[in-house]
Amino acid sequence: MEACYINGLGCVSAQHTIDKNQFLDDIISYHETILSSINPNYKEYIPPAAARRMAKGIKMGVVASSLALQEAEITIPDAIISGTGFGCLKDSEKFLSTIVDNDEEYLTPTAFIQSTHNTVGAQIALGLQCKAYNFTYVHAAVSFESCLIDAQLKFYEKEATNILVGGVDEVGEHTYKLHALINHIKKDKVNTFDLKNSNSVGTIFGEGASFFSLSNVKQKSTYAQLTDVEIISQLTLEKLNERIEAFLKKNQFSYKDIDAVVLGVNGDVDYDHFYEHLQTGVFKQTQQLYYKHLCGEYNTASSFGFWLAAKLIKHQQVPEAIKLNNISAKSFKNVLLYNQYRGGNHSFILLQSC
Amino acid sequence: MSKKVAITGMGIISSIGTTVEENYHALLQCKPGISFISNIQTRHEKDIMVGEIKLTNDELIKQLKLPVSNNYSRTALLGVLAAKQAVADAKIDNISDCKTGLISATSVGGMDKTEKYYYDYFTDENPQKYIEGHHGGDATQKIAKQLGITDFVTTISTACSSSANAIMLGARLIKSGELDRVIVGGADCLSKFTINGFKTLMILSDTYCTPFDENRKGLNLGEAAAFLVLESDEMVKKHDKKVLAYVSGYGNANDAFHQTASSENGEGATLAMQKAFKVADLLPEQIDYINAHGTATLNNDLSESKAILRVFGSQVPDLSSTKSYTGHTLAAAAAIEAVYAVLALQHQVVFPSLNFKTVIKETGIIPVSTLKEKKIQHVLSNSFGFGGNCSTLIFSKN
Repeated sequence: MEACYINGLGCVSAQHTIDKNQFLDDIISYHETILSSINPNYKEYIPPAAARRMAKGIKMGVVASSLALQEAEITIPDAIISGTGFGCLKDSEKFLSTIVDNDEEYLTPTAFIQSTHNTVGAQIALGLQCKAYNFTYVHAAVSFESCLIDAQLKFYEKEATNILVGGVDEVGEHTYKLHALINHIKKDKVNTFDLKNSNSVGTIFGEGASFFSLSNVKQKSTYAQLTDVEIISQLTLEKLNERIEAFLKKNQFSYKDIDAVVLGVNGDVDYDHFYEHLQTGVFKQTQQLYYKHLCGEYNTASSFGFWLAAKLIKHQQVPEAIKLNNISAKSFKNVLLYNQYRGGNHSFILLQSC
Repeated sequence: MSKKVAITGMGIISSIGTTVEENYHALLQCKPGISFISNIQTRHEKDIMVGEIKLTNDELIKQLKLPVSNNYSRTALLGVLAAKQAVADAKIDNISDCKTGLISATSVGGMDKTEKYYYDYFTDENPQKYIEGHHGGDATQKIAKQLGITDFVTTISTACSSSANAIMLGARLIKSGELDRVIVGGADCLSKFTINGFKTLMILSDTYCTPFDENRKGLNLGEAAAFLVLESDEMVKKHDKKVLAYVSGYGNANDAFHQTASSENGEGATLAMQKAFKVADLLPEQIDYINAHGTATLNNDLSESKAILRVFGSQVPDLSSTKSYTGHTLAAAAAIEAVYAVLALQHQVVFPSLNFKTVIKETGIIPVSTLKEKKIQHVLSNSFGFGGNCSTLIFSKN
């Protein structure tokens, strides 16, 4: 695949991630089962009349994408590719509740028209007046990774120089309650830093938006190079090493070339063993990092992990709060990300400094 | 980038048939599948007509031989049925003998179960198995499992153009050599959510929809699933595969005009068609048949007509909208219309648009209204969705 550089980024999350000069300098610790993202000053990015109609997910997406484009100094990208697991959950729930509560009467179209999964990508395009290619991926935990694969393909096809990609998901109150009901969310509140050792089923939910301005041209603002991405729908623990090895080998890498591994650990006792297998196995001697205790679990939480890895490579420093072990890398040249949710939709991403 | 993308199998279930054969015969006989709704209880049952598949979920479950304890939404049931047909049609014995992927598309996903058990979930444990099935990727995962596809599996949701984009991504992955074979398509079931959504937008017809008619009253919602098997040249040669047709062109653009309405001059649609010609290396005059998006809403048919006039000038090829048979099946629409485009190429026939009476004065486009046999080399298929999403696919005989 073609070279692909991260030239700008924007992140809205439950942490202070708006300021591009900071890198998790001031961690917020929570005692919750659900983490709300911190609202930026939306007025700075979205005209108030438009913002009134937008649910939080759309607003977060617009802000994160503006930041990413601004930093890369791009006015209009050649493609907009968004990922979202649940889509515009708040508007979906709003419209659906009215249908159920009022027996299909007294409905207005606003929530319905904003509920479509591709609303974020569409609103970004509308705001920028960007008529380019515009896709939205909705495949659970690999929604964001699908965007990266598509972007790489676009560069390979020589159809783009600058592509905006991102992942966004918002918390929906009803959906949250339903997922609590089936124990996908922890019964008891848990402290941010106790999450990884919480030893109970389920995780903590979160929300956020992370967008990136990707390019096949390196520039001053470049954070890192996206070397490769792979998604695997179904993978057993027994095959995990084999697949990681194959992925690394395809890129002329071996385990020892990896300076840090960024894992999607979310404190679910039933599924974290995929990560433990690597932590105590092939990456035992490698610096290990995690992030979902800071942003919560959501379908596109891995885009927060991607943001974190890009920052890590650029700043060459590790916030204490994301360390999983005591090993310190000399420098962060090659970073591998691994994520899965509830044992499915596994992904590997390889980033390199440049 | 001169690699060809062969279509080696297809499967479909729609309101006009549960197989490719049945769909083809309904099209030949001009038999629409538009009726009053019977599988969903809705306050609007007398106000709207829909393209409903008359099989109940229980009948579909039986046909698929699923255990009673399954947690399939109707979208998943329809999707699995169509995808299995496609794989069987392509005569694939071992799905893991090469890099095989699955790309599906949906807009409602498991909404049918969510709306049915919205509050019951809290009081009744039995339906709780459906909670996990709400999201858009769920049906795709179930299809993947049924087909034995374990690696590249993803889902696209760009409203009513979704499955056109699934086909487009699949073609690109074949061309780049990332995949050797990919199953592409989409599935959407009828739901109260979409019925009421389109109802509030006041674009649902109370009778048979009339695409490209001056007096059109809106669309008939429908439900369907369709999948195509796409394979590389190498695969076709290696396994001596029968090729049904080729995906030769594709283009996606955004109208960037309004969240739901299309621009008056059809800007996004024009760009999508132009991009598709470029990829296919074809000129507009080489298109023999346009399977239009043609939803029969006031806005779409006018905007699409204007885009077609911009692209084709005074030489508009034969055009029809098969939504007059199936209704608008949302995310599945482009996939079922891709099957119809392939059938048009295989049988060298233009399927007529139904219910057309009066030409739209402003554009003068007259759809084909009786079955027309002719030489067909290239078919262009349009699909547009909320959020300004515009997609065009071109299918070719050789």
